[in-house]
Amino acid sequence: MTATEIAPVGAASPQHVPYRPPRAVRYGATAGLLVLLIAFPLVLPNPTVTSIGVFTMIYLIAAIGWNIFSGYSGYISIGHAAYYGIGQYTVALITIHAHLPGGWGLFGLLPVAGVVSALASIPIGFLLLRVRRHTFIVLTIAIMFILQLLAFNLTRFTNGSGGLTMPFPTWTGNFFNMPFYYVGLLAAVVAGAAAWWIRRSKYGLGLFAIRDDEERARGLGIKVTRSKLIAYAASAFFVGIAGGLYAPFVGSVYPQFAFDPTFDLAVAVLVFVGGIGTLSGPVLGALVLIPLQQYFYLQFGNANLYLIAYGVLFILILRLLPGGIVPGVTSAWRARLVARARARQEDTRPEDTGLKDDAGQKGRA
Amino acid sequence: MLTIAGLFAGYGGGDVLRGVDLTVAQGSITCVVGPNGAGKSTLLKVISGLLRPRLGTITFRDAPIGGASPRRVLEAGIVQVMQSRNLFPDLTVRQNVEIGGYLIKDQALLRRRLDEVSDQFPIVRERAGERAGQLSGGQQRMVELARALMLDPALVVLDEPSMGLEPRAAAAMYASVRNMAQTGRSILLVEQNVRAGLELATHGVVMETGRVRLEGTGTEVLAHPQMRALYLGGTIEESGVTDQEAAQEKTR
Repeated sequence: MTATEIAPVGAASPQHVPYRPPRAVRYGATAGLLVLLIAFPLVLPNPTVTSIGVFTMIYLIAAIGWNIFSGYSGYISIGHAAYYGIGQYTVALITIHAHLPGGWGLFGLLPVAGVVSALASIPIGFLLLRVRRHTFIVLTIAIMFILQLLAFNLTRFTNGSGGLTMPFPTWTGNFFNMPFYYVGLLAAVVAGAAAWWIRRSKYGLGLFAIRDDEERARGLGIKVTRSKLIAYAASAFFVGIAGGLYAPFVGSVYPQFAFDPTFDLAVAVLVFVGGIGTLSGPVLGALVLIPLQQYFYLQFGNANLYLIAYGVLFILILRLLPGGIVPGVTSAWRARLVARARARQEDTRPEDTGLKDDAGQKGRA
Repeated sequence: MLTIAGLFAGYGGGDVLRGVDLTVAQGSITCVVGPNGAGKSTLLKVISGLLRPRLGTITFRDAPIGGASPRRVLEAGIVQVMQSRNLFPDLTVRQNVEIGGYLIKDQALLRRRLDEVSDQFPIVRERAGERAGQLSGGQQRMVELARALMLDPALVVLDEPSMGLEPRAAAAMYASVRNMAQTGRSILLVEQNVRAGLELATHGVVMETGRVRLEGTGTEVLAHPQMRALYLGGTIEESGVTDQEAAQEKTR
C-alpha cells in the first residue's frame, strides 16, 4: 500500500465485510442438520450404526456444555468427567435405591443428574476458579481423579470397583437404541439453544470479555467470579445430563468409566478441532470425531488406538487451523470476500497479491 | 465535583503518591502532566478503584469513593479509559462498545445509548461487525472513547489518550475529548504530550515525585518558567525518582 492510499480515520475499507455468513445460511444449515439427525436412525436402523449415533449424542451434549464454560470463558477444564461421573452415579443410585424399573421413566432422571452435577460444581468451581491457566487445568484434572478415587473407595455408597448395574429397559432388539438417541438429540438441542442464548446475551458478552482480559473485564464492572461460576455450573449441568444418559444406555456404572480421563481428552479435542468458543464448533467436532472414534473402536477392537489418531489429528489442527475448523473456514471464506471486494475496487490490479486476512485463524464464527 | 485531599498510595514498596491534593471542577478539562514516575498513572488507578489509597480522601459529588471497587466507581459516574490496548481484540467493535454499558439493566436504555454513541462516533456503526483488533490505533482509541460514554459518565478519566497515535489521529481524538466537555462532562486526563494536553485543558496540574507542584489554567502552566526546567531534567523543588515503573510491572 502506498502513502496515498491511507484511508482517513474511521473510513470504511474493503475489509468491511461481514464476519459471519448471512442469517439465512446459518438458520438453513441448522435446520438442515436437524432434519438429517432426526432422519438418521430411520434411514440407517442397523443397531451397530445407531449405537454409534447414541454415543455421538452423549458426546455432543457434553461438548456443547463444556464449550459454554471453557470455550466462552477461556478457562480450559480437563476435568469435566467429574460431572459426567456424577451424572452417571446420580441416575444409577436413584434408580437402584428407589427400585425404579428400567424404561422410559429413567429419562425423567436426566434433569436431576444435571442439577446434581451443577450443584456439585458450585463449591468445586468456587475453589478452582481462584487460579488461572495451567494451574486451573491441572486442578480440574486433580478434582476428577479425587472423585474417581472416592467412587472406588466409598464402597458402601458406590459399590467401588464392583460398579452399579442398571435395570434393563423395557424395549429390546433393533429398537433398543432409538429412545436413547432421540432423548439425546433433544438434550443436545436444549444444550445448543442454551449455548446460543448465552452467546448473544449480555452475560455471554461478559464471559467473552473475561476470556480476552479478565482484569479489563473487572474494570468495566463485570462480576467476573460470579460470571465464571455460572458458566461452570451450566456446563456441569449439561455434562451431567450426558452422564445420566450414558448410565442407562450402557447398563452399568464403574468408577473408571464414569470419571474417565479419556472422556475429558475426547471432549476437549473435539471442541478444539471444531472450533472452541464457537457455536457450531462443538457440533461439528462431535459429529465428525465421535463416529470416527467408534468406528476405530469397533473395527480394530482396541479402545486405545483412537487416542493415537486423536493425538495426530489434534496436532494437525493446531498446526494448520489453530482456531479449529469453523473459524478457519470462516476466515478463509471472509478473506475471499475481502479479496473480491478489493479487486472490484482496484480492478486495474486484479493480481494484487498483498492480500492477507489479518484475522488469520484467530477469528471466531 | 471530584476532590482529592491528602492522598497517599503505592504498591507495597513505599508510597508513590505522597499527599496529593487535586480538584476537578464541573465541566472542566483538567490535565495532569509531569515526568515519568511522578505518580500520574497511580493517581488514576486510585481514582478508578484499581488501587486502594493508604491515606487521604476522594470525594465525588459529595460521596466518598476512596477505596471503592471499580464497579462502585463506575456506578458513581466515573469512567476511565486506560493507557493503550483497552479493547477486547477478539470481540467485535459493536460488542466492545456494548460492554461499556454492562451495568445498564434496562435493554431499551442500552440500545438508546448505543445509538447515541454511534451517532457521535460513526466508526462504531461503520465497522460494527469487525473484530476490534483489526482497527488501527487511532480507530481503536475512538471506539474506546465511544465505549466510555455508554454509561453517560459525569467524569471521564483518560490515561495518555494520545499515546501511540499519529498527529492526525491524535487531533481527532482531542476534538472528541473537547466535544465531551462541551456536552457537560468533566474530563481528567494525564498526558505525556505536555503542550497538546495543556492547550486542550482548562486547568493544568503539574505533578512531581508524588505531589502536585504547580496548578493553574492550562496556558498559565504551559507558560510557567519552571516547566521548561522540569522537562529538561531539573526539578521544581526537590528531586527523586520513584520505582513506580518497576512496581507497575510487578502488579501486572
